Amino acid sequence: MITILYFARLKENLGVASETLDSPPASVAALLDLLRGRGGIWAEELAPGRALRAAVNQEMVPFAAALADGDEVALFPPVTGG
Amino acid sequence: MATVRVQVGDFDVGAELAALRAGDRGAGALAAFVGLVRDLGHGEAVSAMTLEHYPGMTEKALAAIVAEAEARWPVLRSLVIHRVGELAPTDQIVLVAVTAAHRQAAFAACEFIMDYLKTRAPFWKKEQTPAGARWVDARESDDAAAGRWQKPLQ
Repeated sequence: MITILYFARLKENLGVASETLDSPPASVAALLDLLRGRGGIWAEELAPGRALRAAVNQEMVPFAAALADGDEVALFPPVTGG
Repeated sequence: MATVRVQVGDFDVGAELAALRAGDRGAGALAAFVGLVRDLGHGEAVSAMTLEHYPGMTEKALAAIVAEAEARWPVLRSLVIHRVGELAPTDQIVLVAVTAAHRQAAFAACEFIMDYLKTRAPFWKKEQTPAGARWVDARESDDAAAGRWQKPLQ
Protein backbone atom coordinates (compact mmCIF):
# COMPACT_ATOMS: atom_id res chain seq x y z
CA MET A 1 0.00 0.00 0.00
CA ILE A 2 1.13 3.55 -0.69
CA THR A 3 -0.25 6.83 0.63
CA ILE A 4 -0.72 9.74 -1.76
CA LEU A 5 -0.95 13.30 -0.45
CA TYR A 6 -2.10 16.31 -2.46
CA PHE A 7 -1.34 19.90 -1.60
CA ALA A 8 -2.36 23.45 -2.49
CA ARG A 9 -4.07 23.85 -5.89
CA LEU A 10 -4.10 20.09 -6.46
CA LYS A 11 -5.78 19.32 -3.14
CA GLU A 12 -8.38 22.00 -3.77
CA ASN A 13 -9.17 21.17 -7.39
CA LEU A 14 -9.08 17.39 -7.01
CA GLY A 15 -11.16 17.65 -3.86
CA VAL A 16 -8.99 15.18 -1.95
CA ALA A 17 -6.15 15.65 0.53
CA SER A 18 -4.98 12.03 0.70
CA GLU A 19 -5.77 8.52 -0.44
CA THR A 20 -4.19 5.09 -0.42
CA LEU A 21 -3.48 2.63 -3.22
CA ASP A 22 -3.25 -1.08 -2.48
CA SER A 23 -0.44 -1.83 -4.88
CA PRO A 24 2.23 0.73 -5.76
CA PRO A 25 2.87 1.61 -9.41
CA ALA A 26 6.51 1.15 -10.44
CA SER A 27 7.38 4.86 -10.39
CA VAL A 28 6.00 8.32 -9.80
CA ALA A 29 5.55 8.61 -13.58
CA ALA A 30 3.49 5.40 -13.61
CA LEU A 31 1.42 6.68 -10.71
CA LEU A 32 0.73 9.91 -12.63
CA ASP A 33 -0.39 7.88 -15.65
CA LEU A 34 -2.71 5.86 -13.46
CA LEU A 35 -4.22 8.99 -11.87
CA ARG A 36 -4.63 10.70 -15.27
CA GLY A 37 -6.52 7.62 -16.37
CA ARG A 38 -9.32 8.63 -14.02
CA GLY A 39 -10.11 11.35 -16.59
CA GLY A 40 -11.88 14.65 -15.93
CA ILE A 41 -10.24 16.96 -13.44
CA TRP A 42 -7.51 14.35 -12.79
CA ALA A 43 -6.39 14.35 -16.41
CA GLU A 44 -6.59 18.13 -16.48
CA GLU A 45 -4.72 18.90 -13.24
CA LEU A 46 -2.03 16.27 -13.82
CA ALA A 47 -1.64 16.89 -17.56
CA PRO A 48 2.00 16.55 -18.67
CA GLY A 49 2.26 20.28 -19.40
CA ARG A 50 1.17 21.39 -15.92
CA ALA A 51 3.80 22.51 -13.42
CA LEU A 52 3.96 19.65 -10.94
CA ARG A 53 6.40 18.41 -8.33
CA ALA A 54 6.62 15.12 -6.47
CA ALA A 55 8.08 13.98 -3.18
CA VAL A 56 8.57 10.41 -1.98
CA ASN A 57 8.89 9.90 1.76
CA GLN A 58 9.16 13.68 2.15
CA GLU A 59 12.05 14.22 -0.28
CA MET A 60 11.61 15.88 -3.67
CA VAL A 61 12.23 13.42 -6.49
CA PRO A 62 12.16 13.30 -10.29
CA PHE A 63 9.16 11.55 -11.83
CA ALA A 64 11.40 8.59 -12.72
CA ALA A 65 11.78 7.75 -9.01
CA ALA A 66 10.75 4.20 -8.14
CA LEU A 67 7.95 3.48 -5.67
CA ALA A 68 7.82 0.71 -3.07
CA ASP A 69 5.24 -0.62 -0.69
CA GLY A 70 4.79 1.69 2.29
CA ASP A 71 5.91 4.87 0.49
CA GLU A 72 4.36 8.24 1.14
CA VAL A 73 4.03 10.06 -2.17
CA ALA A 74 3.13 13.74 -2.34
CA LEU A 75 2.04 15.65 -5.45
CA PHE A 76 1.98 19.43 -5.49
CA PRO A 77 2.57 22.54 -7.60
CA PRO A 78 6.00 24.24 -7.52
CA VAL A 79 6.53 25.74 -4.07
CA THR A 80 5.96 29.43 -3.33
CA GLY A 81 7.14 30.02 0.24
CA GLY A 82 9.51 32.63 1.60
CA MET B 1 24.10 24.76 15.41
CA ALA B 2 20.88 25.15 13.49
CA THR B 3 17.33 25.88 14.57
CA VAL B 4 14.31 25.49 12.29
CA ARG B 5 10.81 26.48 13.35
CA VAL B 6 7.50 26.40 11.47
CA GLN B 7 4.85 28.34 13.37
CA VAL B 8 1.55 30.18 13.08
CA GLY B 9 2.48 33.05 15.38
CA ASP B 10 4.60 36.10 14.65
CA PHE B 11 8.25 36.42 15.70
CA ASP B 12 10.24 39.23 17.33
CA VAL B 13 13.26 39.79 15.09
CA GLY B 14 15.26 41.64 17.73
CA ALA B 15 14.74 38.98 20.37
CA GLU B 16 15.47 36.15 17.90
CA LEU B 17 18.72 37.73 16.72
CA ALA B 18 19.85 38.45 20.28
CA ALA B 19 19.16 34.83 21.26
CA LEU B 20 20.94 33.50 18.17
CA ARG B 21 24.25 35.16 19.01
CA ALA B 22 23.95 35.09 22.80
CA GLY B 23 27.25 34.22 24.46
CA ASP B 24 29.07 33.48 21.21
CA ARG B 25 32.34 35.40 21.44
CA GLY B 26 33.54 34.03 18.10
CA ALA B 27 30.70 35.56 16.10
CA GLY B 28 31.92 38.61 14.22
CA ALA B 29 28.98 38.83 11.83
CA LEU B 30 25.25 38.29 11.87
CA ALA B 31 23.29 38.45 8.62
CA ALA B 32 19.50 38.31 8.65
CA PHE B 33 16.70 38.37 6.09
CA VAL B 34 13.03 39.01 6.84
CA GLY B 35 10.40 38.18 4.20
CA LEU B 36 7.14 40.13 4.30
CA VAL B 37 3.65 39.69 2.90
CA ARG B 38 3.22 42.27 0.19
CA ASP B 39 0.44 43.21 -2.14
CA LEU B 40 1.67 41.70 -5.37
CA GLY B 41 -0.08 44.40 -7.34
CA HIS B 42 -1.78 42.31 -10.00
CA GLY B 43 -4.57 44.85 -10.06
CA GLU B 44 -6.54 43.32 -7.22
CA ALA B 45 -5.83 44.37 -3.67
CA VAL B 46 -4.62 41.42 -1.60
CA SER B 47 -6.61 41.40 1.62
CA ALA B 48 -5.10 38.27 3.14
CA MET B 49 -2.75 35.40 2.41
CA THR B 50 -2.81 31.78 3.49
CA LEU B 51 0.40 29.79 3.78
CA GLU B 52 -0.12 26.05 3.40
CA HIS B 53 2.69 23.58 4.01
CA TYR B 54 3.51 19.88 4.17
CA PRO B 55 3.98 19.08 7.86
CA GLY B 56 6.94 16.80 8.36
CA MET B 57 8.55 17.42 5.01
CA THR B 58 8.73 21.17 5.66
CA GLU B 59 10.95 20.79 8.71
CA LYS B 60 13.11 18.15 6.97
CA ALA B 61 13.56 20.28 3.86
CA LEU B 62 14.51 23.37 5.88
CA ALA B 63 16.96 21.36 8.00
CA ALA B 64 18.55 19.91 4.84
CA ILE B 65 18.91 23.38 3.29
CA VAL B 66 20.54 24.76 6.43
CA ALA B 67 22.84 21.73 6.65
CA GLU B 68 23.94 22.35 3.07
CA ALA B 69 24.70 25.99 3.88
CA GLU B 70 26.71 24.92 6.92
CA ALA B 71 28.69 22.51 4.76
CA ARG B 72 29.53 25.26 2.25
CA TRP B 73 30.44 28.13 4.60
CA PRO B 74 31.96 28.39 8.09
CA VAL B 75 28.66 29.18 9.79
CA LEU B 76 28.50 29.34 13.57
CA ARG B 77 24.75 29.38 14.18
CA SER B 78 21.73 29.56 11.94
CA LEU B 79 18.02 30.10 12.40
CA VAL B 80 15.04 29.70 10.07
CA ILE B 81 11.52 30.63 11.19
CA HIS B 82 8.70 30.29 8.65
CA ARG B 83 5.11 31.16 9.41
CA VAL B 84 2.06 29.25 8.13
CA GLY B 85 -1.67 29.90 8.26
CA GLU B 86 -3.46 33.20 7.79
CA LEU B 87 -1.34 36.30 7.16
CA ALA B 88 -2.07 39.86 6.09
CA PRO B 89 -0.11 42.38 3.97
CA THR B 90 2.87 43.81 5.91
CA ASP B 91 3.06 40.69 8.13
CA GLN B 92 6.40 38.96 8.56
CA ILE B 93 6.53 35.54 6.84
CA VAL B 94 10.07 34.28 7.20
CA LEU B 95 13.26 34.99 9.12
CA VAL B 96 16.64 33.58 8.12
CA ALA B 97 19.61 34.53 10.29
CA VAL B 98 23.19 33.31 10.24
CA THR B 99 26.22 34.08 12.39
CA ALA B 100 29.82 33.56 11.34
CA ALA B 101 33.26 34.86 12.20
CA HIS B 102 33.23 37.07 9.12
CA ARG B 103 30.56 38.78 7.05
CA GLN B 104 31.21 36.99 3.75
CA ALA B 105 30.10 33.63 5.11
CA ALA B 106 27.15 35.14 6.96
CA PHE B 107 25.86 37.04 3.91
CA ALA B 108 26.37 34.14 1.51
CA ALA B 109 24.83 31.47 3.75
CA CYS B 110 21.82 33.67 4.50
CA GLU B 111 21.17 34.32 0.81
CA PHE B 112 21.74 30.68 -0.11
CA ILE B 113 19.25 29.48 2.50
CA MET B 114 16.60 31.90 1.22
CA ASP B 115 17.19 30.99 -2.43
CA TYR B 116 16.92 27.27 -1.71
CA LEU B 117 13.95 27.74 0.58
CA LYS B 118 12.07 29.46 -2.27
CA THR B 119 12.41 26.42 -4.53
CA ARG B 120 12.70 23.42 -2.18
CA ALA B 121 10.68 23.99 0.98
CA PRO B 122 7.06 22.84 0.60
CA PHE B 123 5.10 26.03 1.26
CA TRP B 124 2.33 27.39 -0.95
CA LYS B 125 0.82 30.88 -0.89
CA LYS B 126 -2.81 31.57 -1.60
CA GLU B 127 -3.94 35.18 -1.94
CA GLN B 128 -7.38 36.49 -1.05
CA THR B 129 -8.54 39.39 -3.25
CA PRO B 130 -11.90 41.07 -3.88
CA ALA B 131 -12.12 38.95 -7.07
CA GLY B 132 -11.64 35.72 -5.13
CA ALA B 133 -8.80 33.51 -3.94
CA ARG B 134 -5.90 32.46 -6.13
CA TRP B 135 -2.81 30.32 -5.65
CA VAL B 136 0.41 32.21 -6.24
CA ASP B 137 2.39 30.83 -9.21
CA ALA B 138 6.04 29.93 -8.78
CA ARG B 139 8.42 32.28 -10.56
CA GLU B 140 11.17 31.18 -12.92
CA SER B 141 13.43 33.84 -11.40
CA ASP B 142 13.36 31.87 -8.15
CA ASP B 143 14.67 28.77 -9.94
CA ALA B 144 17.37 30.91 -11.52
CA ALA B 145 18.32 32.37 -8.13
CA ALA B 146 18.70 28.89 -6.62
CA GLY B 147 20.48 27.57 -9.72
CA ARG B 148 23.31 30.09 -9.60
CA TRP B 149 24.59 28.47 -6.39
CA GLN B 150 25.26 25.30 -8.38
CA LYS B 151 28.05 26.99 -10.32
CA PRO B 152 31.58 26.57 -8.97
CA LEU B 153 31.97 28.91 -6.02
CA GLN B 154 35.61 29.81 -6.50
